[in-house]
Amino acid sequence: MTAIAANQPYANRTFEPYVEEVVRAFMIATIFWGVIAFTAGVYIALQLAFPALNLGLEWTTFGRLRPVHTSAAIFAFGGNALLGSSIYVVQRTCRARLFGGAPIGWFLFFGYQLFILLAASGYVLGVTQGKEYAEPEWYTDLWLTLVWVVYLIAFGGTLIRREEPHIYVANWFYLAFIITVAMLHIVNNLSMPVSIVGTKSYSAFAGVQDALTQWWYGHNAVGFFLTAGFLAMMYYFIPKQADRPIYSYRLSIVHFWSLIFLYIWAGPHHLHYTALPDWAATLGMVFSIMLWMPSWGGMINGLMTLSGAWDKLRTDPALRFSVAAVAFYGMATFEGPVMSIRQVNALSHYTDWTIGHVHSGALGWNAFITFGMLYYIVPVLWKRERLYSIRLVSLHFWIATIGILLYITSMWVSGIMQGLMWRAYDHLGFLQYSFIETVQAMQPFYVIRALGGIFFLSGSLIMVYNLWRTMRGDLRNEDVLPRYTQPAVAA
Amino acid sequence: MFIKHTTIERNTILLGVLTLITVAIGGLVEIVPLFTIETTIERVEGMRPYSPLELTGRNIYIREGCYLCHSQQIRPLRDEVERYGHYSLAAESMYDHPFQWGSKRTGPDLARIGGKYSNEWHVAHMIDPRAVVPQSIMPSYAFLAQKPVDPADIAQHLKALRTVGVPYSDEMIAAAKADIAAQADPDADTDGLLARYPKAAVGDFDGNPARLTEMDALVAYLQMLGRLVDFDRTQPGGLRQ
Repeated sequence: MTAIAANQPYANRTFEPYVEEVVRAFMIATIFWGVIAFTAGVYIALQLAFPALNLGLEWTTFGRLRPVHTSAAIFAFGGNALLGSSIYVVQRTCRARLFGGAPIGWFLFFGYQLFILLAASGYVLGVTQGKEYAEPEWYTDLWLTLVWVVYLIAFGGTLIRREEPHIYVANWFYLAFIITVAMLHIVNNLSMPVSIVGTKSYSAFAGVQDALTQWWYGHNAVGFFLTAGFLAMMYYFIPKQADRPIYSYRLSIVHFWSLIFLYIWAGPHHLHYTALPDWAATLGMVFSIMLWMPSWGGMINGLMTLSGAWDKLRTDPALRFSVAAVAFYGMATFEGPVMSIRQVNALSHYTDWTIGHVHSGALGWNAFITFGMLYYIVPVLWKRERLYSIRLVSLHFWIATIGILLYITSMWVSGIMQGLMWRAYDHLGFLQYSFIETVQAMQPFYVIRALGGIFFLSGSLIMVYNLWRTMRGDLRNEDVLPRYTQPAVAA
Repeated sequence: MFIKHTTIERNTILLGVLTLITVAIGGLVEIVPLFTIETTIERVEGMRPYSPLELTGRNIYIREGCYLCHSQQIRPLRDEVERYGHYSLAAESMYDHPFQWGSKRTGPDLARIGGKYSNEWHVAHMIDPRAVVPQSIMPSYAFLAQKPVDPADIAQHLKALRTVGVPYSDEMIAAAKADIAAQADPDADTDGLLARYPKAAVGDFDGNPARLTEMDALVAYLQMLGRLVDFDRTQPGGLRQ
């Protein structure tokens, strides 16, 4: 805890210890909410295959549980990983204790968990704004706004009191994530409560304006919550795991500014062929295609960081998670621009293709980079020699990868099939299929998808066991491949 | 240029401000004109705010997350227009706070579901979807028929909507509580209601005239979806955005 005493160049300075208990709490919350999110996902996937699982109760219908799954995955699992890792990274890369110290850290931790509980309990009880990924009602939104402002102060304050002359690139991404999410959250959630003691509110915007504001928010929840924030993780943890510097400083600069500038424009591609005017949809499409380049800039910077250290992929399955994550990121950010093209979107929109695309990002990129981060950070935070078992990490990797492949391939097939069935004509020029025939055709793919989810969930339970034993200080007696070495305790 | 970046990455405030400016541009360019370009909303006849019962039904639609499986946005593609009807107009959701266009069609589009099925069909379908459509994967919503609608604060809802721009008149707000009951009561005098909310579906919806339930409200909402715009009286130029 009196970290960085060794090998630090300012030998005559005294350093305050970093705030670490809070980071540990965030990591435990990340693991906990991850399992909740994956379980909820498996359950609602099974509901689509076997509708009896809706149970006939109002609290357990697909409509109420789906936001539980999405919010648990994005905001609870992803959010805790982002808050925790950012507090960890900003202190180390700035050589400064968290601004506000442990009290502000604990406020962020408990404040954020309260936000999650308020949101999730609302969904089950039917309290929702009815806007995807922005479902929490006004009182929950106000609470999150407060927590977020404190987060900005704590993070920015730590940057300002840094001992390092430069702000490390991971922190640019964390800062952009915090600032942009604040902007999106506040604007998209502007609403008029019916009563100060009631839960219901009405959005400040209507119809087409509300639609674009929502997808400006929704797409940039992907762009800044699930991309910029997780790229920050990539920029710290991959160099740490690989023990190599970032591939290109110049590429970092170009890709950072172009990514954050272009991403914001991409929202209208969710609204092709709708009542949104064509000029707006076209702008969204053009910027989405341009976005491919900075996205791959990030991928190249992450992957090429392994130059000279590729052999570690064979011996360090935790690094394998991080690197596979970047590969999935590259795949999803290629598929995204393709799907944003109007003519492709005409087929893919409203179908499972979109769901598959989202999950190649969410499972392949976000969850994998988080798993890689957890496997690195838990031994460091709990001061363990290494993970309990390296072999279990490898097992987790392969089970999770099989799960993702089952998921995205079944969704490609069912999505494209359904899109084609909707537009199929018979030889007399009539629509060939009724809607319900297309629903029936998807059943086998919904079963395969749920199976993929079960694989992914099982893998995460292996991780929970492995990390729990690591925290306890246990070491499994196993033949670790000789070249495997746990990265040195963080500096 | 890269020498100057050193200045940015050594100054937290500068980095933050430049980031905010960079991320603000796209949204400003795309969203603000939607509020200022008048032709964004087509010039059509027939749009009106939701009646109190329809609004209650719409809030149930939102509460149950129907938008997660049903879109309300017909695209101008041949198969969609043949399957669902005229493509959706921006005007048709001009009073929708929030919009419910949806992003996924696990079930069919509902933008023009109004009038396509009987009230009895809707009620039977909500109670047990597989009783009327055997292959359906929709959850059962039988509990809606058991839950009474509490009309006590409906005027508050109309007032909140008026604050965000829906043109509810003082008369509409004053009559809201009476209107919500009258729309689902087959014996009520509905002249005033229909003058305020033309084309509203009236009558008992859930088969139990003695009670005003959430099933009444939801079916009243579904039965008016997509029926307001008078396409016969719409000029082609009026549809141009």
